Amino acid sequence: MSAAALMRAAARRLGFWEAVLAVILVFFAGVTVLRFTRGLGAVTNLSDEFPWGLWIGFDVLCGVGLAAGAFTLTAIVHVFNLHRFEPIVRPALLTGLLGYLLVIAGLIFDLGQPWRIWHALVFWNPHSVMFEVAWCVMLYTTVLALEFSPAVLERLRLERPQRLMRAVMTPLVICGVILSTLHQSSLGSLYLIVPAKLHPLWYTPLLPYLFLISAIGAGIGMVILESHLSERAFGRRLEIDLLEPLARAMVVVLGVYGLLRAIVIAQSGAAGLLLEGGYEATMFGLEMAVGVVLPVGLLLCERVRTNRTGLAAASLAAVLGFVMNRLNVSVTGMERAVGVQYVPSWMEIVVSLGLVGLGFALFALAVRYLPVFPEPARTRAR
Amino acid sequence: VSIGLLFDSTRCIGCGACSIACKEANGLPLPIEERTTAYTWTVVKEIAGANVRRLCFHCLEPTCVSVCPVAALRKDSNGPVVYDADRCIGCRYCIMACPFDVPKYQWDRAIPTVGKCILCADRLAEGLPTACAAVCPTGATLFGEREGLVREAQRRIAASPDAYIDHVYGLTEAGGTSVLMLSAVPFEQLGMKTDVPRQPLPLLTWQVLSKIPSFVAVCGVFLFGVHWITKRREIVRAAEGEPEEREE
Repeated sequence: MSAAALMRAAARRLGFWEAVLAVILVFFAGVTVLRFTRGLGAVTNLSDEFPWGLWIGFDVLCGVGLAAGAFTLTAIVHVFNLHRFEPIVRPALLTGLLGYLLVIAGLIFDLGQPWRIWHALVFWNPHSVMFEVAWCVMLYTTVLALEFSPAVLERLRLERPQRLMRAVMTPLVICGVILSTLHQSSLGSLYLIVPAKLHPLWYTPLLPYLFLISAIGAGIGMVILESHLSERAFGRRLEIDLLEPLARAMVVVLGVYGLLRAIVIAQSGAAGLLLEGGYEATMFGLEMAVGVVLPVGLLLCERVRTNRTGLAAASLAAVLGFVMNRLNVSVTGMERAVGVQYVPSWMEIVVSLGLVGLGFALFALAVRYLPVFPEPARTRAR
Repeated sequence: VSIGLLFDSTRCIGCGACSIACKEANGLPLPIEERTTAYTWTVVKEIAGANVRRLCFHCLEPTCVSVCPVAALRKDSNGPVVYDADRCIGCRYCIMACPFDVPKYQWDRAIPTVGKCILCADRLAEGLPTACAAVCPTGATLFGEREGLVREAQRRIAASPDAYIDHVYGLTEAGGTSVLMLSAVPFEQLGMKTDVPRQPLPLLTWQVLSKIPSFVAVCGVFLFGVHWITKRREIVRAAEGEPEEREE
């Protein structure tokens, strides 16, 4: 296929996805009006028995988790000084920033009175995990915006602020790593308080650690996946010799995570529940197969690791498995104890889809107008 | 003093006067619903041949108070777990975390708040008993100091062991509650949670949260250390590998 034909194909594809996004956003706008005029009950399937649904399970838990590539890569480059990974930092930071904006947008829909979100700054309760979460969201979103700001400053050719940012980058990155570690783990800690409600296949005192480790794995997966998508959409990509070592890191992280889960299950006596089968056991099995076994198995083969499609497929599996895990903790694992089945309403789904769509659109805009990925010509010259 | 209630299911006739009195005392809208909601803070139900009340247990160390990010929920020193609607941001962590599923939300309102029994904290401040206890025609809901109520509950069980299940519900559940219950029927048959941990739940998260300051300090020093060492290594390598450049 000629270059021109490729361009035309790309344009057609973009046109299709833009149309899909436009349709979703029309519904999204309608649901937004309903949500804020008629209350949560009018648009969601939430209830007193099931007060946290898709917006917490997906928008918040997954939005934060999939942003974990940002702190992982800033740490690799600015703390461990492995500068060859520099080209990956900006796409990872952009993903992280958009992930956190998705979380904040999700919270604006989910909180009963979102206009009081600043209350957490004024009325303190250090005994609350949610208090920690609120502070982490606010502080780390600020840190992410600052970490990503050089891309904007470069584009605007503002020299002095750029020098300033270079000077403060290391302490900033260290703050970001600490905040991320706290935030990722705190989302797991949220569920420590419900030992009698969360199913034993997911409840463990190690929840904060498991949330942190799985987020690092999925965060790396997101970075690889996005490189793949932006190559297809705009021809901007990262070199395979940068992605392959990342894939190896992901294998190690997911391997440790899978082992920890297995040890926890073995020691808590929940293994019997697995053998009995049933709804929870099936969901647990699916989650582990898609999120751990499949990507680890695939990426252990060198042929897959060094192949763009293979890399993307394995990363997609890791990300999907991660999403399944968060939904299992927040929905599947809670259903039996509270005695209610929760299925999100179509309006809840529209809001989540709309936010993800907006995230993709913002990513595309940023990639088009800001120096996020290395310039193709420059990369080749190196 | 720590105030509480003792509800003796064997003395309850299911008249529902407590529900009506609760609505009046707390200015809640009618009707009285089948189950507790944000607008109905207590109900009486007939289950397994027994009449049983549903209301907040007012834990001695309440989970809801510990999980609220803006401290909208508070345990008063005299017993009630009260709620400040003006602080609440609507995260609903209290609803999700309560081991007794007590707090409820106003799902039908654009500006919603949480609703739950507040042990008539205003009446208590005036030296009055809770509305439900004051109106109860049979004394099934008894108002008093928790210590005295525990003794009374144990005395009743000891006096007629055949008439009661040998358990004071609320004595140790979730670390103990200000509202206690007696029953002739096993509590799980009344739809009560019997798998509630015996220790206070807030400890489960505090064990993690209390370590944050030391974590931040250790992690900060460690990361700066790694940066310092790897940076130094890089400078040394650059100096050894490219001597010409250094001379320039």
